[in-house]
Amino acid sequence: MTTDRSLRSENQRDTERAEPEEVEPQAVSLVHAELPRWAPYGILVGSFVVVGALLAVWVGFSVGLFVFLSAVLFGLATYLISRFVEGGRKATDRLVTIVVTVAFLIALIPLVSVVITVVTNGVGRFDSAFFTQSMRGVGGANDLVGGGYHAIIGTLIITALAAIMSIPIGVLAAVYLVEYGKNRLARAVTFFVDVMTGIPSIVAGLFAFALFALFFGPSIRLGFAGAVALSVLMIPVVVRSTEEMLKIVPNELREAAFALGTPKWRTILKVVIPTSIAGIASGITLAIARVIGETAPLLIAVGVTTGVNFNPFANRMATLPVFAYYSYAAPGVPREPFLDRAWTSALVLIIIVLVLNLVARLVARLFAPKTR
Amino acid sequence: MQQAGDRIFAASARGAGILILLVLAGVAAFLVIQAIPAFVASPADLPGGQNIAVYVAPFVFGTVISSVIALIIATPLAIAVALFITHYAPRRLAQGLGYLIDLLAAVPSLVFGLWGFAVLSPATLGLSMWLNTYLGWIPLFAGPVSVTGRTMFVVGITLAVMILPIITAVSREVFLQTPKLHEEAALALGATRWEMIRMAVLPFGRSGIISGAMLGLGRALGETMAVAIILSGSGIITFNLISSGNPSSIAANIALNFPDSTGLAVNTLIASGLVLFVITLLVNSLARYIINRRSEFSGAN
Repeated sequence: MTTDRSLRSENQRDTERAEPEEVEPQAVSLVHAELPRWAPYGILVGSFVVVGALLAVWVGFSVGLFVFLSAVLFGLATYLISRFVEGGRKATDRLVTIVVTVAFLIALIPLVSVVITVVTNGVGRFDSAFFTQSMRGVGGANDLVGGGYHAIIGTLIITALAAIMSIPIGVLAAVYLVEYGKNRLARAVTFFVDVMTGIPSIVAGLFAFALFALFFGPSIRLGFAGAVALSVLMIPVVVRSTEEMLKIVPNELREAAFALGTPKWRTILKVVIPTSIAGIASGITLAIARVIGETAPLLIAVGVTTGVNFNPFANRMATLPVFAYYSYAAPGVPREPFLDRAWTSALVLIIIVLVLNLVARLVARLFAPKTR
Repeated sequence: MQQAGDRIFAASARGAGILILLVLAGVAAFLVIQAIPAFVASPADLPGGQNIAVYVAPFVFGTVISSVIALIIATPLAIAVALFITHYAPRRLAQGLGYLIDLLAAVPSLVFGLWGFAVLSPATLGLSMWLNTYLGWIPLFAGPVSVTGRTMFVVGITLAVMILPIITAVSREVFLQTPKLHEEAALALGATRWEMIRMAVLPFGRSGIISGAMLGLGRALGETMAVAIILSGSGIITFNLISSGNPSSIAANIALNFPDSTGLAVNTLIASGLVLFVITLLVNSLARYIINRRSEFSGAN
C-alpha cells in the first residue's frame, strides 16, 4: 500500500488520483492476489476452443476470422479475469502485453506471406534455362523458353558500377566528417546526407535522365545513367554507416598513433580504418542490398531490352526488377510464361538481397575487432 | 613529404564531402532545368490540355492520401513492435527479432507490389465488403467495392508494411536510450511494466516516434512500384478508398507514363517529379530537425 501511495504522489500529472482516498479498514496484506502462472496459456486455449466451436456452429470455419476473434476474446477474457482477481492496474498491464505481442505477430505476417508467395510462384521457373537464356527470339519457331540471363547480367553490371562510384565517395566523406570536420561545411554535409537518404528513388532516376538527356538528347537510355541514379541513393547510406563505425573507434588508438609521430593520414589509413573495416564492409554490403532491388530509377534511366548488353555506356540494358515489372505489367501472349518469369525474377532478387544481408551480418560478427 | 600526404588526403576527404553537396544541388538543378519547359508552355500543349497545376493536383492528392493511410496504419503498429522488441521479448531473442523486422525493409519494393497485387488484393476483398456494408455511411467506404481489390485501401496497407521497419527502427533506438535509472525508479515504486513504459519510456521517446513516423511518411510519399503495380489509377480526386476509381500517385504516374512519353510530356512528368522532390525534402528536413534538436539536449550520446 505504501509503495502505491508514494508512486502516486510522485506522479504529478495524476493530481486527481493523488487526492486522499479512503483507506480500507481491513488488515493490510503485502501480497496481492495473483493469477497462477499457467493462467494466460489456459485462457488462450480456452479462447481458441470457444471461438472454434462458435464459428463451426454459426458461420463456418475460416482461418483469418478464427485467429482474429480468438485474439480479441483472449485479450478481453484476460483483462476481465485479471481485473476481477488482481485489480485494474495489473489487468491493464496484461492487456497491453497481449496487444504488443499480437502487434509483433501481425508485423511478421507480411514477411512470411511475401516469402511463401514468391517461393511458391517462382520456384517453377527456377531452372537452368532461366539463368542461361535471354528473351531474344523467344516465342518464335524455336523452342526457347526464355529467361532472365540478360537481366541478371544488367543488374550485376549496373550495381557494380554504382558501388564503384559510391564507395570511395561515401567512405571519404565519412572520414572527412569524423576525422576533419568540425566546421560549417561538415554540418551542412551531415544535414544534406540525411536529406539525401529521403530522396525518392524515382526522383533519383529522373535526375540521372535529366543529366544525360541534357547532353545526349531526350531519347537517351543507358546502363551508366542507371548507375548514377543508384549512386545518388547509395552514397548517403554508405556515408551514414561508415560514419557510425568510425565514431566508435576509441580515441586512445588515434592518440597512441599520434604520440608515435604518425601523420594523420597514415593514422587514418593504418589504424582507424583497419579497426572499423568489418563494420564498414557490412554497411557497404547493406547499401548494395538496398539499391540492387530498385526498380523505378532503372525504369526511367535504363529502360529494358530483350537481349544481352554487356556495355553500360551504350544502349538500353535489362535489369532484374525492371524485367520482372514488364513481364508482369505487360505480358505477351500467352500470359503464363511471362508471369512465371516475373515471379522467378522476384525470387532471384529476394535471394540476392537476403544473401547480401546475411553476408553483412556475418562480416560484421566474424571480423569485428577483439575488444579484449 | 608527410605534410604533402596529409594535405592530399585531407583535400580528397573534403572534396568527397563537397561532391555530395554538389550532387544534391545537381539533382535539384537538373530537375528544374528539365521542368521549366512544362511550366512556361501554353496549357493547350500539355497532356490533358490544362494548366500544369491542374495536371499535378490529383496526383499530389493521391500521393498524400495513400501515404497518410499508410502512416495511420503503420505508426501504432511500429510503436508496439518496437516496444515488444525492447521491453517485452526475451532478452536472448530480442536482437534476432529486430533483424527479422529489418529484413522487411530489405525486400525490394517491386516484390511488395507483386505481393500486394497477387495476395493482398484478393485477401482484403472480404474486409472491404464488410467495411462497405457496415461503415458505408462514412464517405471513405462508400463503395461500390472494386471486384479486383486493386484499391487505394490495399495500397495503403502495402505502403504501411513497407514503412513499418523504418518507424520501428527509429523508435527502437530511442526506446533503448531511455535512462535505465528512470525505468528502474518507476519499477521500484511499484509500477507495472506498462505504467513504467507510459511514464518513463514513451515521454522520453516521443520526439523519436514523431521523427520516425515522418521518415516513414517520406518513404511512403516517394514509393513508386507498389502503387504503380497495384492501382490502375486515373487523375481523379476521391476519398472513396475501396471503389475501382482511384487517384494515382506522382511517382506511380511517372513510372507508368515515362517510358512511352516524348517531348513536352516528359518535361511535364519531370515537373511533377520536382513537386514530389520538394514535398519529400520538406517532410524529411522536418523529421531530421526534430531528431537533431532532441539529441542535443537529451545527453544520450
